[in-house]
Amino acid sequence: MTLTPILAMRWWLPQDAALHGAALDREMYLALWIMTGLLATAHLVMLVGLCIGRREAKRSIWRLEVAPLLLLTILFGWMTIRAERLWAATRYAGADPAVMQVEVVGAQFVWYFRYPGADARFGKTKPELVQPGEGNPLGIDPGDEDGRDDRVSSELVLPIGREVDLRIRSLDVIHGFSVPEMRVKQNAIPGQVFHIHFTPVHEGRYAVLCTQVCGLGHYRMQAAVRVVSIAEFARWSER
Amino acid sequence: MKIFSTHHRTIGIGYLLLAGTSVAIGTLLSLLMRVHRVWPDLNWPLWGVIKPEDYLAAVTMHGTLMVFFVLTTAPQSGFSNLVLPEQIGSRTMALPWLNAAGLWTTVASLLVLLSAFFVRGGGPISGWTSYPPLSALAEAGPGQATGMDLWLVSIGLFCIASTMNGANTLVTVIRCRCKGMTWGRMPLTVWAWLTAALLTVIVFSVLFAAALMLLCDWHAGTSFFVPAGGVINGVVDTQHGDGSPLLWLHLFWFFGHPEVYIAILPGMGMTSMLLANFCRRGIPAYRWMITTTLLIGLLGLSVWGHHMFVAGLNPWAGTVFQLTTIAIAIPSTAKVLNWLMTLWGSRPTYSTPMLWSLGFVSLFIAGGVTGPVLAQPALDAYLHNTFFVVAHFHLVMAMAGVFSIFAGLTYWFPLIAGRRLD
Ligand SMILES: [Cu+2]
Ligand SMILES: [Cu+2]
Repeated sequence: MTLTPILAMRWWLPQDAALHGAALDREMYLALWIMTGLLATAHLVMLVGLCIGRREAKRSIWRLEVAPLLLLTILFGWMTIRAERLWAATRYAGADPAVMQVEVVGAQFVWYFRYPGADARFGKTKPELVQPGEGNPLGIDPGDEDGRDDRVSSELVLPIGREVDLRIRSLDVIHGFSVPEMRVKQNAIPGQVFHIHFTPVHEGRYAVLCTQVCGLGHYRMQAAVRVVSIAEFARWSER
Repeated sequence: MKIFSTHHRTIGIGYLLLAGTSVAIGTLLSLLMRVHRVWPDLNWPLWGVIKPEDYLAAVTMHGTLMVFFVLTTAPQSGFSNLVLPEQIGSRTMALPWLNAAGLWTTVASLLVLLSAFFVRGGGPISGWTSYPPLSALAEAGPGQATGMDLWLVSIGLFCIASTMNGANTLVTVIRCRCKGMTWGRMPLTVWAWLTAALLTVIVFSVLFAAALMLLCDWHAGTSFFVPAGGVINGVVDTQHGDGSPLLWLHLFWFFGHPEVYIAILPGMGMTSMLLANFCRRGIPAYRWMITTTLLIGLLGLSVWGHHMFVAGLNPWAGTVFQLTTIAIAIPSTAKVLNWLMTLWGSRPTYSTPMLWSLGFVSLFIAGGVTGPVLAQPALDAYLHNTFFVVAHFHLVMAMAGVFSIFAGLTYWFPLIAGRRLD
């Protein structure tokens, strides 16, 4: 037996390519280290307690149970406050209304990305018009002005350094939109629209996964995010 | 020993046998999943290559068997029937016929679940959480027609059975205690079974309602969980109106999280008892331990939203559910500290049940420390549905939970088999 597979395993978080990622990673490692410390301490106390000789003396509940509990409560409270600030910073406020919007649509077993075009407005969609075979996988209504310049892509192309606001929905069942490198995950639930926003800060190609079982093709429901320079994004948009 | 008996000990053994059967099947399924992950193209005799839907059916059945038929039946229904009346000085459980009805309804529920393997399309593929619309539409995948129906009927029966058992436990503890067995003298195991029974009657009735509503979405033309205008396989769903999948998530997890405590509270009670026994000392801060048991149960009812941090709730809900979830860490920590205090300088007897209990403490700590990580919405939004979560609940429920079952089996073996372990 060799240990190579274990050593070759990726032990740490994947590359962080989003602006809010650094704070999240810091919080993650902090939480993991604190918890590893508690795990080790508790086991050490248990082992030492089992090895030492028998003590019959009356023990103080206050010193041995209440005091450590208070300390740990303070520790958990401190972690909770930090965590709340982090959550508030990324989620309490929506994106700036002026930022670029992209619609993310999950369907068994593909992700579609719709860009609103020059008018920055998405056209209406109708379920009866959904025809993936005929180039209209989202059922965009040809009668709606706003939809004329909408562009549906199988790849999420984003300009670097610009905030993006994703509107996430699903055509059929619940899917899980997830890009580990962007540190975002949000379920796509049919009948509802959810927004998440982030700023990509590293050029590159990253996998979009589905993280909610959505049927027999769930395992292959993947797409890509491509973060490109602003000039290249402009070129791509015009194509 | 009669098979159809209303004697509580026979019924307890019946539950343990049922859990044993289910854990054997559930473990085989998890072995199958692992072998498949290592050799995806393996050609299985009599079956062929595992298809994606076979794998998902195995996931669903594994989860359902383990959570319901092993971790709910053995620690709660099994062990409580085995010894609860004796621990409170009663000759019987309060309602022997209801007790027997509960066991046989559970058996029926298990048979209905297992039959889903053999119907056209195979077992359901939407996991043990069965999120709609995947679990509400036959077109959504193989196994989502008859297989899903059977799953829902099985869960419905299981809810009825658990409620029967929960009601029986409640009545027994409240009405059948012998003279002198005051609340303040009750063993911690009994407190744990009482709290778990209280949770059982509350949350299994909610799950029953949810399963019934989903069954109505299938067969009665309702639309509780399915929104209008879904497009499945190129076909527009015109059968459904304006339902909300999120409603299922709320109802399911309102059941789902307390369910974890129904599975683990009896283990905690047993651990407190066994550690004290084999350390030959009383339980320190006994009243505190009662309080923490009740607190864990009470808070357990208010944390379901931590399963929905990425489901699109208002972000304020994330903060609220983070607070309630972290709050549970406090009584749980108090329990761990109490066990460590019992063990400190005790020179215990290392009997078999004691070894299992020490394992329980170790695994409960290991699983427990991952809890406050997952309780943070921002971190959970990264970890949600990853193997980190799978590891978290397997350490607590599967590992610690099963260790406490083994502790109980070895400790009460003479009661079960009529002879000592040698
Ligand atoms: Cu999926
Ligand atoms: Cu939970």
